[in-house]
Amino acid sequence: MGIRNFFDRIEPHFTNGGKYEKFFPIYEMVESFLYTPKTVTKVAPHARSYVDMKRIMTYVVIATIPCILIGLYNVGFQTNTAMEVHNASGWRVWLLDLLGVGFNPDNPIANFLHGLLYFLPIYIVTLVVGGIWEVIFATVRGHEVNEGFLVTSMLYALILPPSAPLWQVALGISFGVVIGKEVFGGTGKNFLNPALTGRAFLYFAYPAQMSGETIWTPVDGFSGATALSVSASDGFTELAVRGIDWTSAFIGTIQGSIGETSTLACLIGLSFLLITKIANWRLVVGCLAGMIGFSLLLNWVGSDSNPMFAMPWYWHLVTGGFAFGLAFMVTEPVSASHTNVGRYIYGALIGFMVVMIRVINPAFPEGMMLAILFGNVFAPLIDYFVVQANIKRRAKRNA
Amino acid sequence: MAQTPKELILDPMVDNNPITLQVLGICSALAVTSSLQVAFVMALAVTAVTAFSSMFISMIRNQIPGSIRIIVQMVIIASLVIVVDQVLKAYAFEISKTLSVFVGLIITNCIVMGRAEAFAMKNPPIASFIDGIGNGLGYGLILMLVGVIRELFGSGSLFGVTILETVNNGGWYVPNGLLLLPPSAFFVIGLLIWAFRAWKPEQVEERDYKIQVVEEH
Repeated sequence: MGIRNFFDRIEPHFTNGGKYEKFFPIYEMVESFLYTPKTVTKVAPHARSYVDMKRIMTYVVIATIPCILIGLYNVGFQTNTAMEVHNASGWRVWLLDLLGVGFNPDNPIANFLHGLLYFLPIYIVTLVVGGIWEVIFATVRGHEVNEGFLVTSMLYALILPPSAPLWQVALGISFGVVIGKEVFGGTGKNFLNPALTGRAFLYFAYPAQMSGETIWTPVDGFSGATALSVSASDGFTELAVRGIDWTSAFIGTIQGSIGETSTLACLIGLSFLLITKIANWRLVVGCLAGMIGFSLLLNWVGSDSNPMFAMPWYWHLVTGGFAFGLAFMVTEPVSASHTNVGRYIYGALIGFMVVMIRVINPAFPEGMMLAILFGNVFAPLIDYFVVQANIKRRAKRNA
Repeated sequence: MAQTPKELILDPMVDNNPITLQVLGICSALAVTSSLQVAFVMALAVTAVTAFSSMFISMIRNQIPGSIRIIVQMVIIASLVIVVDQVLKAYAFEISKTLSVFVGLIITNCIVMGRAEAFAMKNPPIASFIDGIGNGLGYGLILMLVGVIRELFGSGSLFGVTILETVNNGGWYVPNGLLLLPPSAFFVIGLLIWAFRAWKPEQVEERDYKIQVVEEH
């Protein structure tokens, strides 16, 4: 227990009146990262549950593991496949040559390692830059750096395209952490999802690097559209022509952001969150119902000019970021509605908006990010009306 | 209300800025700040309208019946806006086209109306004129600050002169497209207000509620 003793020895310097009092948040961050937090919440409304913030956040990170694994494999798989036709160079190729791993897309380990070399720089930049912002705010404002940032950084890194320039990654996470979270008071007070805020910033600021056909597989000269943009231009039946069947979209060997392609992995993560009761099932039910209901309606209405009208709900489920957003962002407790009735409405609003943006808005092929941010903004309003309705009903009963 | 002309000019710059403290005139600040040149002309136009409308309203303030004073003020402001619009069309047609409807909308700019109601109705013409200039300049200052940030980082230039060579023209700077969209001015103005209030803490408004503290150390 050498480390424990070390922490106990230096702690007095950081508590009130100590030499490094200002840096208590940093001490606290390192200590609670390594050990169970010593402080226990004693006051309402959290006193009854054994699930503390550290456990919630750690569970969400655990739930993203399937997405990370399949995502890394898929990035490598797409890159290695593209490299059979196009030449590629750079430090990753050099390093993989040095290790003698090769670039065979049939070799899972080669794929995985190649994907890792794309994911790691993005993730490290996210952690370092976002972490610096967290520490600055924690030191100035006197609150703690908590595990919520681990979730934000992981989700943020997973929804970026593998070719994202690292300086843009840094800019995006800065915007997400500062504007999406810290200006409102930090974890627990953010009404927007910080990871999505950062992603949306990049999407609007640098559309050339964040959307299109050349960014999903980081090989020069290669161009591959995502399943959604193929469907938007030529209809979802065109997917089969390009060799994308439903199973491959479900398992996730398609073009897309690093962690979002595999619906299977997202659903595994989602089940873990539902079983551990970190995620509220009402949000999931609402979101699925909204998406399925509205896409069935659009199928029935039909359109001659817009092929997306005919896209069935099970294709909406497996393409784009729907499954990833459903598993990790719709269910995020802080930015979602807090009343049970409100949760159904909130979920349904997002499900409806996704299909609405994907099908009817020609400017954006993907709508999950915007739909969730839209839902985030409406969540407090939904709660307000649910609470007011309840007050009115009870006032009438007791009148 | 006996302020010296110097105070009337300087007070609205920082201590009583119409945008950052009173949060007025935001719509036009969002719409016209994507290029500095347009923002500059807009600032001049608003300054001229505020100054002259305050002066004219102040001249006849004792003759305006209280019940229809808003309508009288609107007539004066609207006439001045039409004059400004015509001048722009005559001498700066290109900029007038970019500003399009926003010159006409100076009529509805809360700063103009606000100064007429709050200052010109109670003060003599010269003071009102100077107060109008001061508020117009305070508005212009924020417009220029936002314009510098948005044009420099959004298209790599200032007043149309290239400062940061963009990638499309063979340079190194990748322009930030978000800054050319109107919503970005919300962020920029918000951050400016944050900076102003960090500098001058007396501008911070009182909280309407207190957040419950649930953790103790």
